[in-house]
Amino acid sequence: MQRFANPGKFLRLAAVVQPVAITVLAMSLVLGLILGLVVAPPDYQQGDTVRIMYVHVPAAWMALFVYTVMAVASAVTLIWRHPLAEIAARASAPIGACFTFVALATGSLWGKPMWGTWWVWDARLTSVLVLFFLYVGYIALANAFDDEERGGRAASILALVGFVNVPIIKFSVDWWNTLHQPASVLKIGGPAIDASMLWPLLLMAVAFKAFYVAVLIMRMRAELAERRLRVATLAGAQG
Amino acid sequence: MTRKRRRLYVVAASMLCLGVATALVLLAFQDSIVFFRSPSEIADMKPASGQRLRLGGLVEEKSVRKLADSVTAFRVTDLNKTVEVTYRGILPDLFREGQGVVADGRMNADGVFVASQVLAKHDETYMPKEVAEALKKSGRWQETGPQKMKAKP
Repeated sequence: MQRFANPGKFLRLAAVVQPVAITVLAMSLVLGLILGLVVAPPDYQQGDTVRIMYVHVPAAWMALFVYTVMAVASAVTLIWRHPLAEIAARASAPIGACFTFVALATGSLWGKPMWGTWWVWDARLTSVLVLFFLYVGYIALANAFDDEERGGRAASILALVGFVNVPIIKFSVDWWNTLHQPASVLKIGGPAIDASMLWPLLLMAVAFKAFYVAVLIMRMRAELAERRLRVATLAGAQG
Repeated sequence: MTRKRRRLYVVAASMLCLGVATALVLLAFQDSIVFFRSPSEIADMKPASGQRLRLGGLVEEKSVRKLADSVTAFRVTDLNKTVEVTYRGILPDLFREGQGVVADGRMNADGVFVASQVLAKHDETYMPKEVAEALKKSGRWQETGPQKMKAKP
């Protein structure tokens, strides 16, 4: 574990991973958008409206994925006092909040033409809204203390407590009856999406994931640089 | 025991307790978390007339009738029980016979469900039109609507 705690090692690794992530992002995003918005066929019952899926579903997956990363990083922060883990969790929160917002907004735009409503308080929609508030609460709490370490610890506990919401979101559509339909891709018996629509969707998922990796590294590098600057300024003021 | 190990156990135990507590709360509130009730459930609970609830199920084949004054009448079924529904207003695009719907409204004294809002519910399958037609032609088409809207056999 301690092997990765070294910021110098992280920065060297980041310098390699980041350009790879940006390349993957550019390629999969262009290809995914062309396939999803132009090449993929309209759905048999939803017509062209189904194309919202190519943004909505990857965003929703990332909302859950980023929160899971945040929760794991928070656990590592609390248990092993791993400084990079805390930076990773802090850096992930705004990205995850944006993914959640995109999922909620595109879901609403999709709900109006298909279901006939912008919003309903069913288990899936409500639990995703709670996820959004958890992200916002994490960001607020992490920055609410003068002592950065205390803020980080309080926010880590919040991130862990909020993690119970992640399985609730995933299984809400199976446990309770909801207006939102059950999972199409990760389901028993294989995806219920035709291959011509599944491939663009998976490409977009790769693009969203690469975007997260690229932006996460960018934010972590900035945070590390800022901390180094603070230490240097402090040392300069004392010396 | 090192401090790291102790913290690991504390975090793991807290998460376990939290998970169990959440599961119990969700189980207790199960009735209020469900978004709609099936015709069979409504038949069992015998709602008082005027009580507001959401009815979910499939629009029964050949049951949709246009009445005067832009009122639509149809039957909602879970293939076990059916409920008569009337609705005044514009129906969603996906509304059709065999489609899943969720209607928000009240039971009147005659046992007719007067809906104030009708929402369409679609299932999780996505496919191009040609594939849907090919499946129908070859007889492998699985009608219809979301599985959850059907009564359990």
